[in-house]
Amino acid sequence: MMDDTGIGIWGVPLAIFAGAIRVSTPFIFVSLGETITERSGRINLGLEGTLVFGAMTAYAVAVMSGSAWLGVLAAMGTGAVLGLIHGWICKWPKVNDIAIGIAMMQFGLGLAFFLGKPFIKPVAPHLPSIPLGTWSAMPQIQAALNINVLFILGALLAVVLWWAFKNTRIGLVLRVVGDSTDAARAMGINPDRVRLLATAVGGSLAAVGGAYLSLYYPGSWNEGISSGQGLMAVALVIFARWNPIGCFLAALLFGGAGALGPALQSVGVTQGYYLFYAAPYVLTLAILIATSSPTRSLSGAPGALSLTK
Amino acid sequence: MTVEANNPAISLSSVPERSMLGPVLEWLARRAEPIVISLGAILIGLALFSLFIMAVGKSPAVLFQLMYTGGFGSWFSVQNSLSRSAPLLLTALCVALPARLGLTIIGGEGAVVLGGVAAAAAALPFVGTLPPFLVLILMAAAAMVVGGLWIGFAGFLRHYRGVNETISSLLLAYIAIALMNQFVEGPLRDPASLNKPSTTPLPAEYMLGKIPGMDVHWGLAIGIVACIISWVLIEVTSYGFAARIAGGNVRAAQIQGLPVGRLIVGFTAIAGSFAGLAGMIEVAAVQGSANASLAAGYGYTGILVAFLARHNPLAIIPVAILLGGIDASGGLIQRRMGLPDATVLVLQGTLFVVILFCETFYGRFKIFNPDLWKRPGLFERKA
Repeated sequence: MMDDTGIGIWGVPLAIFAGAIRVSTPFIFVSLGETITERSGRINLGLEGTLVFGAMTAYAVAVMSGSAWLGVLAAMGTGAVLGLIHGWICKWPKVNDIAIGIAMMQFGLGLAFFLGKPFIKPVAPHLPSIPLGTWSAMPQIQAALNINVLFILGALLAVVLWWAFKNTRIGLVLRVVGDSTDAARAMGINPDRVRLLATAVGGSLAAVGGAYLSLYYPGSWNEGISSGQGLMAVALVIFARWNPIGCFLAALLFGGAGALGPALQSVGVTQGYYLFYAAPYVLTLAILIATSSPTRSLSGAPGALSLTK
Repeated sequence: MTVEANNPAISLSSVPERSMLGPVLEWLARRAEPIVISLGAILIGLALFSLFIMAVGKSPAVLFQLMYTGGFGSWFSVQNSLSRSAPLLLTALCVALPARLGLTIIGGEGAVVLGGVAAAAAALPFVGTLPPFLVLILMAAAAMVVGGLWIGFAGFLRHYRGVNETISSLLLAYIAIALMNQFVEGPLRDPASLNKPSTTPLPAEYMLGKIPGMDVHWGLAIGIVACIISWVLIEVTSYGFAARIAGGNVRAAQIQGLPVGRLIVGFTAIAGSFAGLAGMIEVAAVQGSANASLAAGYGYTGILVAFLARHNPLAIIPVAILLGGIDASGGLIQRRMGLPDATVLVLQGTLFVVILFCETFYGRFKIFNPDLWKRPGLFERKA
């Protein structure tokens, strides 16, 4: 036991809370991006590549320009380009969007590792955080409440998207295209164009998740920067039932589950340490099994999504 | 070939004597389409990659030359490439077999990793008591059972619970890697492995040896045999025929009374057992013990191999060797050209994207339409 922390066993929930916020931020952006793409009826399995490429771009631009926010913007740009490539290729007949996603993932990873080699050593400026824990004298609480700006932006974005899907014309168009390609055509909407833009926006958000990894936590660029956050996005979105608020909560849950292992280890629990890393995946699989059915598609799923047919 | 019966308009103007050229060209047109489109896609991919290499200020010609030298330029490099292709043969089958049933399994990595752990665990109690040959068979059996159960579970969930197999197999892969870490760092850990937790290493005489006359382990032969068996299974047996029907149209297969559920579970289990075998070979022929190196991405490269081979088990053999060669040349490119080792990844990714994109060209070129060459009188007219 680490009694010298002064809060003893209470360190565990505090560490999980802080860890959940720290770990969940990339999940929030990646899953919100994937939600936008999937709501338009297309699935982008390549967000892992987009995320890592975004992490590299953000870090490289931050190193060269000295501005972390410029890095985030650059990452959004490259993420959108990768999304556009995915979206453009998938509009052609007979092209499998799931397979293209895997291919784009490999492409994005390869390109990021290739171009990112010179940036492993230099140090980039970090993104700022807001200290909300100054009221407390305890350094643990101060550290836990030192909330990064991207987390707050992600939470706001989730609410805005949730509202926009329901209440704006763009949200309606996106949902029509996602639910029925034919209905969209009948309304005079070009489904390919909507999906192209939705994939581009999804890619740019996923790249923000990557920028968080390289510019805030862990805050450096290397080839092992991502532990599969981009791949998990697809599972997260199913978990969250294509609902942006749900994505935010699911990201927190996944972040918390990921933080459980290290938090327990810090108070001396070392048994089954690695199994805690599997907790989010087991959870998602269990929920998929419990809620799927061979005779109907998942509730809340966009009708035109190839994934749920 | 009763074209006349199908098309009354032709039967009226009937041209009974047909040249032999027609059927030959018809056959050629049918066969040439996948070959021409695949080669065209590879050329486009290489061209795009060359542009990229030129953009970073290097010569693509030098690079391709080095790639050839590093992959296939000498007997040494050929053997290196062949060794690297062995796991890819098996993990590609893990994607290709379910793909013929219309399933996209991308979690072969999980079966590789757990197969390796199962093989190492199965060997532990028998090393020293049983002869090496029997221990190796036990290891292979354990790896195949575990791998088969792992991917078969994804197939089971697909058919009986309606869970998307792409997602479930991916999740299972992550769970498998966590399980492997748990086993390797916990109950199966060799106390002597300090920096890199591993299981107790196999004694040298229990390792899977080399193919006589080559510096390539038996994994290559096992992989090639697995590809041939899979080809026979799919193309020759009635199970394979049923699977292809189910892959084309599930409803039609069910109406025909085919046991779609059992086919899906059976094929995914066979696919998983091949990936598990890849893990066993990695342990018994390369690493000597199960450790984190098992998750080296063979499962993911296997996806690329399977798609390049268009899920044809025989085509997997040359494609896997080609990719093994590209992989083997990475070090040489790094040393001679000062390019990062990820150059190979960029090439693989580019090829993968372009080849999948070129799927859209199937059926677009009239010249590949067999019916074009069926038209009677096509060659008689000029004569």
